[in-house]
Amino acid sequence: MTTQAAVVEGVNMEQTTPTPQGRSLWNDALIRIKRDRVALFCLGIVLLYAVVALLTQLGVLASPWDKVIGEAYQAPSFQSPEFYLGTDLFGRSVLYKVLHGTRIAMSVGLMSSLLSVPIGVLLGAVAGYFGGWVDECVVWFYTTLSSIPNIMLLIAVTFVLGKGLGAMYVALGITAWVSLARVIRGEFIKHKSRDYVIAAESLGATHKSRIFKHILPNVSHFIIINLSIQFMSAIKAEVILSFLGLGVQGQPSWGVMIDDAKLELSRGVWWQLAGATIAMFFIVLAFNLLGDSLRDALDPKIKQ
Amino acid sequence: MIAYIIRRLLNTIPIIFGVTLIVFILFNLVGGDPTYQMLGRHANAQQIAELRHEYGFDQPKYIQFFSYLKQVLTFDYGRSYATKQPISQMILDGMGPSLSLMIPSFLLTTILSVSIGLMVAYFRGRWIDRLTVIFCVLGMSLPMLAYILFGQYFLAFKWGMFPISGYDTQWPDRMQYLLMPMFIFVAVSLGYDVRFYRTAILEEVNQDYVRTARAKGLSEPRIFFKHVLKNSMVPILTNIVIEIPLLILGAFLLESFFGIPGLGSITIDAVHNSDFPVIKAMTTLVAILYVFGNLATDILYTLVDPRVSLK
Repeated sequence: MTTQAAVVEGVNMEQTTPTPQGRSLWNDALIRIKRDRVALFCLGIVLLYAVVALLTQLGVLASPWDKVIGEAYQAPSFQSPEFYLGTDLFGRSVLYKVLHGTRIAMSVGLMSSLLSVPIGVLLGAVAGYFGGWVDECVVWFYTTLSSIPNIMLLIAVTFVLGKGLGAMYVALGITAWVSLARVIRGEFIKHKSRDYVIAAESLGATHKSRIFKHILPNVSHFIIINLSIQFMSAIKAEVILSFLGLGVQGQPSWGVMIDDAKLELSRGVWWQLAGATIAMFFIVLAFNLLGDSLRDALDPKIKQ
Repeated sequence: MIAYIIRRLLNTIPIIFGVTLIVFILFNLVGGDPTYQMLGRHANAQQIAELRHEYGFDQPKYIQFFSYLKQVLTFDYGRSYATKQPISQMILDGMGPSLSLMIPSFLLTTILSVSIGLMVAYFRGRWIDRLTVIFCVLGMSLPMLAYILFGQYFLAFKWGMFPISGYDTQWPDRMQYLLMPMFIFVAVSLGYDVRFYRTAILEEVNQDYVRTARAKGLSEPRIFFKHVLKNSMVPILTNIVIEIPLLILGAFLLESFFGIPGLGSITIDAVHNSDFPVIKAMTTLVAILYVFGNLATDILYTLVDPRVSLK
């Protein structure tokens, strides 16, 4: 606005205003997200879950979860916070179990992303940048991997690696990188022949520096978009795997709780199922909506 | 056209080879020796050696790989550890129940979601569109297990509208057992599908040819149902065909909950029994079907959309 006004009034622009700074994609996205109330709300939910996960991990909140606090299958009541969601078969607080389930779910999302993002970025970048036989190999590899239906692959990997949380991190991490690799590869193919990359090359930039210093920052927003979807699918997969008995052992997880609820429901014990379902519903919903908002805010193709 | 199909068929060979390789690496190299698990902790060395010989684990890895490749190509996956039945027979037996649940569920879901998608895309931006999108996102966020458990609890147990679980080999009687899983399948898939089809249709609405059609003075319904619908058939068809191979696995949670003896139940039982060969066979089989489903989509593309070149 200032520059426009300056031109209209015929004042010398260079004196009154500094060169107008173009907003970067990130600034632009930040402004969009800040305006987007739904996105802010979802971000709040995600942060809340993260804080709960951290506090239970540190033992500040809901500790210890396996303490017997009352009789078996006590219905929810407001006598004290532990009883807000009733008790389970062993008289343990269902609320505490839900909070610990949050810790498991968030840690699975985080660890599997920490594993799959580097794999996806590296393979996608190398394939798109070098092309030729490298590209063919990577594409063959991820086409093959994605031909195996995800849930079957997950079952197979956790089955082979053994049960437990660690195996699940690895299983989710090494199966979830394909969609990110696909996107990053496509972007690298687009970017590698652009002027700025050729300029970098003529200045003597190595392959490594062109990939990581020049092109990667320009495509990194796809990682963020992908991350929110990835987190959500990891949480969903954790619940299904734990439900099948392939996931966490000896710890409360939403999947294990739902598995328990299978038999409790006919006795009218609904609180364990309801607690796990509601906890899972809000975080999945938040990531769903956040993913949409991030895509709108960060993907320049959709920008109107 | 025929040359194109042949070329695409040849392209599937390295993928199928890759699938068998990955499955083999997972089960035969990364996974431990299943004989220990099968015999328990009191097995002596001789028993283990005998069993290893029986299943061919004492042979070099590359020979094991080729015998597995032969199994895949001849559709003869050996016998299940748990039931001792031939796995191919188990798969053939499981297909009937799976398909009789999945085909009607899938058809119903597709018809419903494409129609709803069309409707809300036509009324884009109005309240009915917004409301549907909100419901879709809410529906997508509820875990499938919750649909199944609450559905079974209320519809079958509390209100007695359907049998809680079960299966019948005879046809008219089978229907009563399939209805509830069918409804639950539709409820679970509807959110995602409606949203997908709505987006696919809306992407066409902003194209140049729509503006041209408006400029020519065509009526809005005519533009929508004649021009837009035809063009959005490509993503719609892709989504439909790509989902078909996954149907064979059934909604395996549904099958196991409602006691339908399909392929999904076989897989879940195999997981519970640590039945290596069955999981291996199911993984490979579904992957191969998926590859051919992809192939079918590509061929359909060229039939539906003349702009797709046969290179």
